[in-house]
Amino acid sequence: MQTSIIPQLRDTADGQEADRILRACTHCGFCTATCPTYQLVGDERDGPRGRIYMIKQVLEGEEPTEKTQRHLDRCLTCRACETTCPSGVEYAKLADIGRELVDQKVQRPLPQRVVRWLLRHIVAYRNRFGFVFALGHFFKPLLVGPLAPLRQKMPPKQERIDWPQADNTQRTMLVHDGCVQPVAAPNTNAHAARILSKLGVRLIAPKASGCCGALSQHLSHREEALDFARANIDAWWPHIEAGAEAIVITASGCGASVAEYGYMLRNDPVYADKAARVSELTRDLSDVLAQEDLTSLGDIGDGRKVAYHPPCTLQNAPGLHDNVAEILTQAGYQLTHVQDPHLCCGSAGTYSILQPTMANELRDNKLASLNAGAPDVIVTANIGCQLHLEAAAGIPVRHWIELLEPRMAQPAAA
Amino acid sequence: MAHADLAASTEQALGGAPRKQQLIERLTAELPADIVLHADEDLRPFECDGLSAYRQVPMIVVLPSTIAQVQTTMRICHDNDVPVVARGAGTGLSGGALPLDDGVLLSLAKFNRILDIDTDNRRATVQPGVRNLAISEAVSHLGLYYAPDPSSQIACSIGGNVAENSGGVHCLKYGLTTHNIVQIEIVTVEGERLTIGSSALDSPGFDLLALMTGSEGLLGVIVEVTVKLLAKPELARVALVAFDDVRKAGDAVAAIIQAGIVPAGLEMLDNPAIVATEEFVHAGYPKDAAAILLCEVDGTEAEVEEDIERVREVVEREGATEVRISRDDGERALFWAGRKAAFPAMGRISPDYYCMDGTIPRKALAEVLIGIGELSEEYGQRVANVFHAGDGNLHPLILYDANQEGELERTEAFGGAICRLCLEHGGSITGEHGVGVEKIDQMCVQFPSAELTQFHAVKEAFDPKGLLNPGKAVPTLHRCAEFGAMHVHNGELPHPELERL
Repeated sequence: MQTSIIPQLRDTADGQEADRILRACTHCGFCTATCPTYQLVGDERDGPRGRIYMIKQVLEGEEPTEKTQRHLDRCLTCRACETTCPSGVEYAKLADIGRELVDQKVQRPLPQRVVRWLLRHIVAYRNRFGFVFALGHFFKPLLVGPLAPLRQKMPPKQERIDWPQADNTQRTMLVHDGCVQPVAAPNTNAHAARILSKLGVRLIAPKASGCCGALSQHLSHREEALDFARANIDAWWPHIEAGAEAIVITASGCGASVAEYGYMLRNDPVYADKAARVSELTRDLSDVLAQEDLTSLGDIGDGRKVAYHPPCTLQNAPGLHDNVAEILTQAGYQLTHVQDPHLCCGSAGTYSILQPTMANELRDNKLASLNAGAPDVIVTANIGCQLHLEAAAGIPVRHWIELLEPRMAQPAAA
Repeated sequence: MAHADLAASTEQALGGAPRKQQLIERLTAELPADIVLHADEDLRPFECDGLSAYRQVPMIVVLPSTIAQVQTTMRICHDNDVPVVARGAGTGLSGGALPLDDGVLLSLAKFNRILDIDTDNRRATVQPGVRNLAISEAVSHLGLYYAPDPSSQIACSIGGNVAENSGGVHCLKYGLTTHNIVQIEIVTVEGERLTIGSSALDSPGFDLLALMTGSEGLLGVIVEVTVKLLAKPELARVALVAFDDVRKAGDAVAAIIQAGIVPAGLEMLDNPAIVATEEFVHAGYPKDAAAILLCEVDGTEAEVEEDIERVREVVEREGATEVRISRDDGERALFWAGRKAAFPAMGRISPDYYCMDGTIPRKALAEVLIGIGELSEEYGQRVANVFHAGDGNLHPLILYDANQEGELERTEAFGGAICRLCLEHGGSITGEHGVGVEKIDQMCVQFPSAELTQFHAVKEAFDPKGLLNPGKAVPTLHRCAEFGAMHVHNGELPHPELERL
């Protein structure tokens, strides 16, 4: 597509990157076919092509208003469009640039600013979020009337299970500990550590690592995201130097972000090389397990029916590979047929909080297809999807790794 | 914009802003306010379809979700003499949904529901905004599919397919859209509902369904389509055949048809197209081949085995350097993947591309391809050829950079020369993408003025005020006269009978 970026943007790194991405777009419209929001509302402005066009307008000097902001906000950043694009348009990168640019020009109303600030300053820090989470559970009985919807958002507290004994003779891998997952589903990493330990791998979760930066990145604070990335790299680097084989991701939302550290920090002279190495080492848990011999785990599934929801970040983001279905099948589970697996469940990071109407409609559709095969349990590979689906599923929603524990050790169905 | 005379074609505009304000008031009085878009910021994303070189911000966009809302919009526009351009998925490549600055753009994208699947009669009734591929996906579990499969089938809408009479790689055997629909419902320019065709195989009176198919939004707004469904063939296999010479590949196409084989699809890619798509799809196309053919046969197992062997014999006799036959459906899909993604994959080797759509008799394939190669040198623009070889429908893709001054103009001139080349060889200027705005001038070369006058008479019967997608598909004689004055080819003036300006 033809572009004419205004001079003051054309010479910035963002302006050049945006121009490069825009020039690859041929406006063919293939992307609209797999865009969950376009398929829902049938409005050009709520599909990738329309959003690209609106970003292009801003780069070409048009003054955006809250309307452009709203349509960019409604994008899930699920990146389904990127998998359909025959021209290789890197939509998500363009969307990040576009959102930040629009947010600089259009001030949000106070309530929106408050919610966004809280997401960045509370949720992204596991101690602060943990405190609020505990507080929420304490006051749960008081959440009535207009506050009742918050109850639904709050997942039940997990009975913490133990990590395996450290065995220094084993191979080592790092696990990303993140911000929300260690609070809301602390057992996911513990299960991963236990399974991997049986396979001869010791999983290390460095205390100093934290949020992957995705929250800030998608809330138009990319500089802040870079700080999170640098902090994680610093926390992981000594272990990488000591021979950790991989950075294992148990929440694909974070994984998609860590896999992009190399890109995000490409212009940072101090961190560029380390970031590239980190991205190279980033692997989804299913990808790691698929390389190991799993026969020792035995037939755990016993034919139980499982509906698998592949998170967008695992399906669409470059750098992660999804082997969940193969692993569960090998472990003796029966995977049910799920219509439209490429459509987002509506969780999409902070989306379910910021865009509840669209998010809930997407969730209803997703749960209808997940439940169509009458599964015993729904599994997924990302904490966001897990919590969002669990709040309305009616049947247990788990991280798939839990299903690889011997049956006795598996958490009981809710 | 570069094509300013489009605005001239709607010069009945009565003085801009007050008229716009008036129309907004009338529309929002009867329609929900949030489906009537009128601020520039909201309108911009609608300023072009799949042919982004042509752009025009519409005066107003309406996003109806019910037929009643379509009727209301049409009635109000008709009462106020406002032109209306209907738009489906906006994937068209001829600018058929290019808006008008004094008109309403009517988006039918919200009409995306499949209304009925009738397995007894093998029909599906769908709303116009349903994606082409979504129909086949919805009936796949019944062993059925909808045959026409344009390259954009993942995204293009069935309403747009009817308006453009779209084809696809399988239309050689299964026909164009017109052969695969039985009934449509339209909203007329006055806002009335009208059913055309019937669920029976034929209906009495003129075949208006055939007239409506490919009418490019000039006769009515399609609001419902009943399509035929076919049983999925028991088996399909595709041969990927490489040649070291374009001429041999062209001759092989004619030889396959001559041998009495009816391939389900017979496609050709030349070397630049092979290289570009291979980079993206990794379908295993031989990058050193001058051209490849993809020849698919389908039917029962016995038929397919026999036909595919005959294809192999024929192409080997014609000098193929390599013949690969798909072993399973996975490999078949892979062979096709490159072809299906060929157009937009050009976005990877060139910032912009311009897709032509001429048809020629099959026997002229090699000659026309060589002619296009010569024109490419003459105009100094790269070209890649991807096309439906079996039915002689060429898709030369002219590669250019819209950010370089003058390149679009040179590309358009090159495109015009390709159209003339097709006509010289007894072909036509468009096979399946429609005329739209892109090839409207070439219509003057294709048809004498008597025929164009008859076309206008047909339009007038449906749309006396000329409000439906004016300026597309059929040029005014006035426009042809101007075009003729600009382009004198071989000393012959098109439409010499017309008075020049």
